[in-house]
Amino acid sequence: MTAPASTVPGQDAGSAIPAARFDWRPLALVPALMLAAAPLVGSAPTWVTLTVAGLAMGMMVFMMASGLTLVFGLMDVLNFAHGVFISLGAYAAASVLLTLKPAMAAKSVATNLSAMLPAVAAAIALACALGWFFERVIIRPVYRDHLRQILVTMGGLIVFEQLIHVVWGPDIIPLPRPQAIAGSFIVGEAAIERYRVLAVVVGLAVFAFLWMVLNRTRLGLLIRAGVENPEMVESLGYRIRRLFIAVFVAGSGLAGLGGAMWAMYQESVNAQMGMQMIVVIFIVVIIGGLGSVGGAFLGAMLVGLLANYTGYLAPKLALGSNILLMVLVLLWRPQGLYAISKS
Amino acid sequence: MWRRERRMAEAMLRLDGVHTHIGQYHILQGVDFEVPRGGLTMLLGRNGAGKTTCLRTIMGLWRASKGNVRLEGHDVTRRPTPELARGGVAYVPENMGIFAGLTVRENMLLAARAGAPDARRLAWIFGLFPALEKFWNGLAGNLSGGQKQMLAIARAIVEPRKLLLIDEPTKGLAPAIIGAMIEAFRELKSTDTTLLVVEQNFHFATSLGDSVAVMDSGRIVHTGTMAALAADAALQQRLLGLSLDAHQ
Amino acid sequence: MLARLLSGDLPRSRVLGFVLILLFLALAAAPFVFPGTRSLNVAAKVAVFVLLVASYDLLLGYTGVVSFAHTMFFGIGGYGVGIAMAKLGASWASLALGIGSALVLSTLLAAAIGLLSLRVKAIFFAMITLAVAAFFQILASQLSGITGGEDGLSFRLPDVFSPAHRFVEMPVFGVALNGRLLAYYVVFLAALALFLALLRIVNSPFGRVLLSIRENEFRAEALGTRTVIYRTAANCIAALGATAAGVLYAIWLRYTGPDTTLSFDIMVDILLMVVIGGMGTLYGAAIGATIFVVAQSYLRDLMKLASGGLEGLPLLPALLHPDRWLLWLGVLFIVCVYYFPSGIVGRLRAARAA
Repeated sequence: MTAPASTVPGQDAGSAIPAARFDWRPLALVPALMLAAAPLVGSAPTWVTLTVAGLAMGMMVFMMASGLTLVFGLMDVLNFAHGVFISLGAYAAASVLLTLKPAMAAKSVATNLSAMLPAVAAAIALACALGWFFERVIIRPVYRDHLRQILVTMGGLIVFEQLIHVVWGPDIIPLPRPQAIAGSFIVGEAAIERYRVLAVVVGLAVFAFLWMVLNRTRLGLLIRAGVENPEMVESLGYRIRRLFIAVFVAGSGLAGLGGAMWAMYQESVNAQMGMQMIVVIFIVVIIGGLGSVGGAFLGAMLVGLLANYTGYLAPKLALGSNILLMVLVLLWRPQGLYAISKS
Repeated sequence: MWRRERRMAEAMLRLDGVHTHIGQYHILQGVDFEVPRGGLTMLLGRNGAGKTTCLRTIMGLWRASKGNVRLEGHDVTRRPTPELARGGVAYVPENMGIFAGLTVRENMLLAARAGAPDARRLAWIFGLFPALEKFWNGLAGNLSGGQKQMLAIARAIVEPRKLLLIDEPTKGLAPAIIGAMIEAFRELKSTDTTLLVVEQNFHFATSLGDSVAVMDSGRIVHTGTMAALAADAALQQRLLGLSLDAHQ
Repeated sequence: MLARLLSGDLPRSRVLGFVLILLFLALAAAPFVFPGTRSLNVAAKVAVFVLLVASYDLLLGYTGVVSFAHTMFFGIGGYGVGIAMAKLGASWASLALGIGSALVLSTLLAAAIGLLSLRVKAIFFAMITLAVAAFFQILASQLSGITGGEDGLSFRLPDVFSPAHRFVEMPVFGVALNGRLLAYYVVFLAALALFLALLRIVNSPFGRVLLSIRENEFRAEALGTRTVIYRTAANCIAALGATAAGVLYAIWLRYTGPDTTLSFDIMVDILLMVVIGGMGTLYGAAIGATIFVVAQSYLRDLMKLASGGLEGLPLLPALLHPDRWLLWLGVLFIVCVYYFPSGIVGRLRAARAA
């Protein structure tokens, strides 16, 4: 006998559940910001330059932040040493680029890329390796203890930052500029730096890749389920520990990628890089909602754009602008723009 | 031949002197009971008796501090939860544990470890719970309470399992839904899955239970057949502080 | 009598007691026993940081809260004095005004932060305090008109603190009894008094409630404690301690700047000191601060020798390079978090009990 399941008061047999209405309001903030800045900036070419710069910076910050937010959402672990993966990625890329200097000096895009791609690959590989070490040795003993986790990862930050000094020295290392990619496209009156466009492309690719994995693969399904209820995922027969490790390592690799891109953007590396970014990254993660990759993407775009617009319009305000943004967002949505509800 | 007979005589699940501590609280204080193979065993008891803790300890979500848990004769006390699940035990927690941010389809997909759910099995499940077919691509979080419960159970049976541990399947459900649930469980019983169900709803319990175990203060205080317990109002009063009529 | 002074919180370890007495005597007699500006600077810094770290221990060790905003309060104290003295002239009135407004501002901010902490999880809270402290640091460096920006503020104190001001013509034990000496003793005695006050607070019923909240917040709430109020109060007291430390430091240095008070490095240092010394003991703060400040000033010379001696070997000279002293402290810190949660003090007390 079939159960008359749909005779629940208030829901008639014929109607479908409304498909989850996509929450578009936070997404509208990005074009809103871009539009709001336009009259303030005044000139169109300048606006274009600033916007591209903002998007490029946002993409790189997103790469660095995506790992942190996923790890936190899934494992309830906040790694204060996340900045170390960024620094390591930056330095690894620097070493490779300096070794392959001649390729960077060439005028062909392909030759330039033949130096840049290994640099990025090295950055990701080293960051993943360090991430694996971190998860195993430093974080695993203090999984559920948030207090000690914060302390221990801070300790890890101190130690590994110092180790970077030991291996690479404390000075700022300038990086060779890729001759074929340096310079700008001229569109109308606006100069758009080619490297920034590259950064935007890479960032979008990373986001698309993450989105695909999360929404179209079984692994992604596991991660999304694990963010909500890790215990239930285990009860369904999956070894969630392995998932944790995989996500942590992937997150570290992404941070390394972000660091490498950032280093090439700035054309120099210094040991403080990770630390400099960590506050921005935390702000992005908080704005986006802890555990949400889409939220982190959105937050990163907002932060990048805002930093560039205010840097031009009101330089004194620029450094503090993203903190003000965070406060405003939290007043609207205390859990972040795309908060994940946990069971 | 002899071995198979012996295996068939073995209980599906057996707890011997199981103690569980949560922090400083000594919740299970020496639980001994058996769940016979096949059929439905009801685990009854007042609030706070330790029924949920019992299920969670069996599933390995909480660690037994003493005693052992045997599944078909094998000691599984220290085995990690995923291993138990892969060994054929399914757990449906009190809060159902459905993934609200995933669709109904994705919830089922996750539960089907072999890949996609077997088509015939899925058709059978849709027969039990038509709402799931209707809302297949909808977000699980938007389902009604009853539908969520159905999804939770559907997940547990999307592949054949040896043992189902179900914690309060009728909690918070409207009487009409409970009726539907009873029908679904009746059909479940006809498969060769063993069910261990914690329940507060006595009507549900007496309609479906073959054997019964009653808990109080972390111990089993009565085991036997459901029929015997249902017939003895005085015993019900003593064990559960209520009678069949009072608690519908 | 000693027990009453220490509010019943005795060292409970002979070694620890001995070390503490030694520390007290060293600081008390520093100008006479350790002549020279460098050593006096170290002594004053030790006194200031003992107070700063002890106030942080109240938050971390006793209330179980990780906050990265402590340097912000340290800075508020320093800038309160700095701005008042630099802009309003070196008078007692402006000093009082500066100190007073710093304390009020700190209390208000700490209360706001404390109330925030209850709506969010520990990790979220830590991140937000980090952002707030960063924001404050940015403010300080950007509002250069008021705060002197990156360079900070140098100022003069009332004349009585000036080195030229002599109380007694002849030097006593080779040390001139001048305004500088007075400044040192003001710093030392104030730090001591406030440390003892903190000791009194953690050993009071209030302190015990804090500990019970740290142990098991649900239980505390169930028993009727309004954890909101206690947490906020703890936040405020800790902030006031840090502000006082900032005031004292500014008085000693006659300078305030973003890198002496607000930098994140200092926050890291505080964490190192409190964990290595021993969380939740207050004496740990004293031990940790002493070890750290002394090492910061003197250990590096030692490391320089060692590093030079190992010249030519791979990697080792770099590892022992004096600038890398933080590496070794970091390792020690991690070891303490895992194996010695009560740090050095805990270890000493455990040895005594064994």
